[in-house]
Amino acid sequence: MRALTSLRMAVSRGELHLDPAGFCSQTRVLIVAGKGGVGKTTVSAALARMAALAGLTTLIVEIEGKSGLARAFGRVQPLTYEEVTLAPGGGRSGAADVRARTLTPDDALIEYLHDHGMRRISKRLMKSGAVDVVSTAVPGIRDILVLGKVKALERDAHADLIVLDAPAAGHAVTFLMSATGLLDAVRVGPIRTQAQEVVDLLSDPNRCQVLLVTLAEETPVNEVVETAFKLEDRVGVSLAPVVVNGLYPTLTGLDIDPVEAASRSSAHLRNGEAETLRAAADFRRHRQQLQAEQVARLADALPLPQLHLPYLFTTGLGPAEVDVLAAALGDAVRGLPEPVAR
Amino acid sequence: MRELPDQGVVICCGSGGVGKTTVAAALALEGARRGRRACVVTIDPAKRLADALGLAELTNTPGKIEGDWSGELWALMLDTKTTFDNLVVRYAGGEEQARRILANGLYRNISGALSGTQEYMAMEKLYELHDEDRFDLVVVDTPPTRNALDFLDAPRRLTRLLDNRIFRLLVMPTRAYLKAVSAATQAFLRTVAKVVGAEVVGDAVAFFQAFEGMEQGFRERAQHVNDLLADPATVFVLVASPRADTVEEALFFADKLHEAGIDVDALVVNRLHPRFGDTNGAERERADTLAGSDLGTLYANLADFREVSAREESHFAELAAKVAPAPVGRVPFLSDDVHDLDGLTAVGSHLF
Repeated sequence: MRALTSLRMAVSRGELHLDPAGFCSQTRVLIVAGKGGVGKTTVSAALARMAALAGLTTLIVEIEGKSGLARAFGRVQPLTYEEVTLAPGGGRSGAADVRARTLTPDDALIEYLHDHGMRRISKRLMKSGAVDVVSTAVPGIRDILVLGKVKALERDAHADLIVLDAPAAGHAVTFLMSATGLLDAVRVGPIRTQAQEVVDLLSDPNRCQVLLVTLAEETPVNEVVETAFKLEDRVGVSLAPVVVNGLYPTLTGLDIDPVEAASRSSAHLRNGEAETLRAAADFRRHRQQLQAEQVARLADALPLPQLHLPYLFTTGLGPAEVDVLAAALGDAVRGLPEPVAR
Repeated sequence: MRELPDQGVVICCGSGGVGKTTVAAALALEGARRGRRACVVTIDPAKRLADALGLAELTNTPGKIEGDWSGELWALMLDTKTTFDNLVVRYAGGEEQARRILANGLYRNISGALSGTQEYMAMEKLYELHDEDRFDLVVVDTPPTRNALDFLDAPRRLTRLLDNRIFRLLVMPTRAYLKAVSAATQAFLRTVAKVVGAEVVGDAVAFFQAFEGMEQGFRERAQHVNDLLADPATVFVLVASPRADTVEEALFFADKLHEAGIDVDALVVNRLHPRFGDTNGAERERADTLAGSDLGTLYANLADFREVSAREESHFAELAAKVAPAPVGRVPFLSDDVHDLDGLTAVGSHLF
């Protein structure tokens, strides 16, 4: 196992520079996690599209039933348990498909029961409320069913890259800890086997990594640092570079006096316009400075490379924005330091 | 939002990361300023705000915050497990029963890790504080949930479990039922044991048996909590940020509350960009014409903010229309994270 790891790393050090394809081939499953409101879904979409544009078939797995992901790719209908293609590949660019599906615990449970010779009683179990009792009696069982299904998709090499849009921060730790928790609680049986296989998946950096997302603001930075250490300590999962989302693209020259700038361009400013331009410029400079401070603070607190994504002044997220962000993420990946053998 | 009541119970809800905790604390502070005895219950505050509120650790009993207001300001950071433990002790038939439950492996799982327990205990704590009559105003922020309305459903989760037919069969004490029990229950238990292992089943049976006699108390308590949530006097404040995705969630949230027979009593839209005047498209044109010059950069920047502001305003209008005639509050992007009483005062100054 160790030999294989160093071999992979050696190859990626030697021949493959960290281009998007190389980056996305380091591991089959990337779990995207972060505090609510930091743009997890946006990053999942951009990441998947980047991988697909690099020729890797990508499957996004959504577990909270949110509609944002489908809409980001211009799809009106919500996602379903059946896989759909969100962004078809092909064409001259050689892009691969971005596909997506939901994976709810209930669906995963029914599938699990079917696969384990309990097809006939699965309906009764659901209907009688027995499932409620069991899932209460064995906390984490719902999470383990979802992760177990992800593991099955990984094992079958169902896509070149599987992007799992994880629950929001605190829940993400609980979600990923479910497997180790179950190993303590359940000593025998197929659920234990399932939990063990999920632990194996989570602890193998060649199969699975967590990509954390944050904003360059004080609270999100604090929380992402805390989550990162919890994930490493308690779950033992490897961390991919951390994505800092929503950074104002840096504009230089914002400190120049509008009146002076106007005279240099031989332009005329209307009454009060200089003040408005100055106020807007000051606001941006102030925000840019705060962001730079938080980015530096994150770098100090968390020894992970950072991938920066720009704030898009269009507040909506559609296919065009996803492509812009995918390109930006690709640029950020190319700027990453050379991978170091673990 | 001056018309927002400063007495009773206020629940701040909305999706994660929109600033519920900050708004909840600002509302409690405003209550204290108006001479009320106000208490804010927070679930998982950011550390610096927690420190400012004297919430260095989980306390589970409110701590008083001193300041120059005529009323009182108290704060509490919810300790889910202790709250649940207290509930068990309250309804147990005696020390022995409480001890057996608290020591049970399944109970420890439920009280510590069960999704929904945190929501349940937040509402339980809210009810307890309201019931004690120590405070005029109790403000609670809801946990970030996987599903928007988990906190409304939370108190019912345990009673639903207690009502479960199989569970009821398990705890039936008298011998007369024993025969009827065995056929259905044994089959079920065998299936469960096959999947998760016999120990889990043993723990579960022990838990259900230990719980015997307590379900009525729990059920009544959950009913009280539900009644409080459904009480028209209970105020629901929907907190949102003006981004497309969170607005979408807030609209969904408002619909779900409405379906549950609950109206949004106030809306707070947090982190609005400053406006710098209305856009008319001219600034973008000038930015393009002047591209490459310093003035072009300044216009491009102004155009960025005016465009984003215009979209935020349309999101805002959509939300405000959704919850009309509820009052709406706007909180702009503040230059710093809110992490002390001054920050809360600043938020409050935009709301009241």
